[in-house]
Amino acid sequence: MRLAFFGGIYSNHLALAAAIADARSRGVDAMWCLGDLGGFGPHPDRTCELIRNNNVSVVQGNYDHSIGHGLNDCQCGYTDPRDNHFAQLSYDYTLTHNCDDHRTWMRTLPAQQRVEFDGVRLLLCHGSPRRTNEFLWDSTTSTQFLAKMCDNNACDVILGTHTGLHWQRTWDERGAVSTKSRGFINVGVLGRPENDGTINVWYTLLRTGGDVGAGEAPLPWEVEFVPLIYDHERLACEMRDERLPDEFIQTILTGWWTTCLEVLPSKERRRGQW
Amino acid sequence: MNSVANPEQLPIVELGSLDELWFQVAGTRCNLSCTHCFISCSPHNDSFGFLSFEEVERRLLEAVEWGVKEFYFTGGEPFLNPQLVAMLERTLAFGPATVLTNGTVLKPEWLERLRAAEQGSLYSLEFRVSIDGPTPELNDPIRGPRTFERAMQGVDLLVQFGFLPIVTMTRVWDEGQDHEILGRFRDVLRQRGYGRARLKVLPRLLLGAEANRTCGYSSSDRVTAEMLIGYDKSQLVCQHSRVVTDRGIAVCPILIDSPGAILGDTLQAANRSFAVTHGACATCYQFGAICTNPSHK
Repeated sequence: MRLAFFGGIYSNHLALAAAIADARSRGVDAMWCLGDLGGFGPHPDRTCELIRNNNVSVVQGNYDHSIGHGLNDCQCGYTDPRDNHFAQLSYDYTLTHNCDDHRTWMRTLPAQQRVEFDGVRLLLCHGSPRRTNEFLWDSTTSTQFLAKMCDNNACDVILGTHTGLHWQRTWDERGAVSTKSRGFINVGVLGRPENDGTINVWYTLLRTGGDVGAGEAPLPWEVEFVPLIYDHERLACEMRDERLPDEFIQTILTGWWTTCLEVLPSKERRRGQW
Repeated sequence: MNSVANPEQLPIVELGSLDELWFQVAGTRCNLSCTHCFISCSPHNDSFGFLSFEEVERRLLEAVEWGVKEFYFTGGEPFLNPQLVAMLERTLAFGPATVLTNGTVLKPEWLERLRAAEQGSLYSLEFRVSIDGPTPELNDPIRGPRTFERAMQGVDLLVQFGFLPIVTMTRVWDEGQDHEILGRFRDVLRQRGYGRARLKVLPRLLLGAEANRTCGYSSSDRVTAEMLIGYDKSQLVCQHSRVVTDRGIAVCPILIDSPGAILGDTLQAANRSFAVTHGACATCYQFGAICTNPSHK
């Protein structure tokens, strides 16, 4: 099977449209979005329409939970006052620009989903299986923690998003030798670039069974992180027209994060400019 | 549905998941004697002793089975333990590590080794440097003469070696001044060449030396069983942490010196519920996850 996973869209409907087209051109059998449809970008309704019209299954993110229930904030989990200030601007815009039909639909989205393909048990969530807004960063999440999470949830692979940075870790199932059959995958986000000075965004392909590439010892599954170019200048224009903060627009145009930086661990923070 | 607590009922918190394992690596020994220290650390306080490298390694191996996510090193001043650098090098093979230091005793040769260890690891090594405000006038009356400048030199050294220290301050001012003080601190750090300063504010804990400096907790500063109904207990440190001390495993880094805080000799023995009946538990309840890094949530 060939499966496509999109992380947070953050209302970047142009990247979402490009990702759906790109995934289809690669012959995927199914597509998922792991939540956080809105925030940051313009015209949140356009993202919802694309998702619902293209048979993309969705797991509820903290943003979708907040918007769906009309809460006061996005529940992103920032701790710094400046980060919270920008998060609130973005949230207030998104809340007032989502139609009632989409908000009703968001309330019905599942917090996680289990699927199995070719004997590989996948658990799809937004932050972590235990908490929708948990940040699992590559440099602050030990392998034993991930292994225990897989064991506790009786699955082989956990897929999440929420942090905005793609990464993966694999390990041996307890007692097995060098099978690396278990894993955690952060699928990245389509909403904004990855704080590395490039303007592309990322999504993830997962292959199982006969679609896994041939190797000396083929694994039960394999991952490909896909860098995606889209019309980021048009997105910036739309954001300007909607009077979204210039800090957000700069991120889209430069590839460097300008907000929501204080939750980054040091390894991830050092890779950025600010 | 149980929505009303019996007034006699204790506010009990189970260990949900052992996410953070703390090492009280320097016991209560510190080169400073801060007047707000919640466990009264000083050069002469030996109520808790140093941990050995072997003890730390034994606990790291034990931690694998428990799925521990992160490791924290505290004291006292952790760098007074001559084996700290080797312990951190070893820890970075198991997971991310954070050191809570006063920044006044750091040596370039240690930081050179630690920089190499972090570069060779999957995981982040974080430094939290305690400085109580952006000026000597705010900091030194609490932490001691010239400690502001000495700690800032520690920050300079960490930045020079490529680290991004989290400057951690105890709120010894009114909460309403947070914005102004954090802004001033960012300016001071920027002027010294640390342009993307990371800051963390901690509430005061009215224990130890701080209870003598200002006041202790009153009998009304208590968490009740009723207050825990519907409350997200993962906000409480004891729901996801334990502390290795030379006297056994303690429930949380704040209460090590308090009655009933030592739960047993092994992580297994310390896997039991705790009644959050101490005054400091009310501070933890109010502010939430006060001991962990901002990236943890």
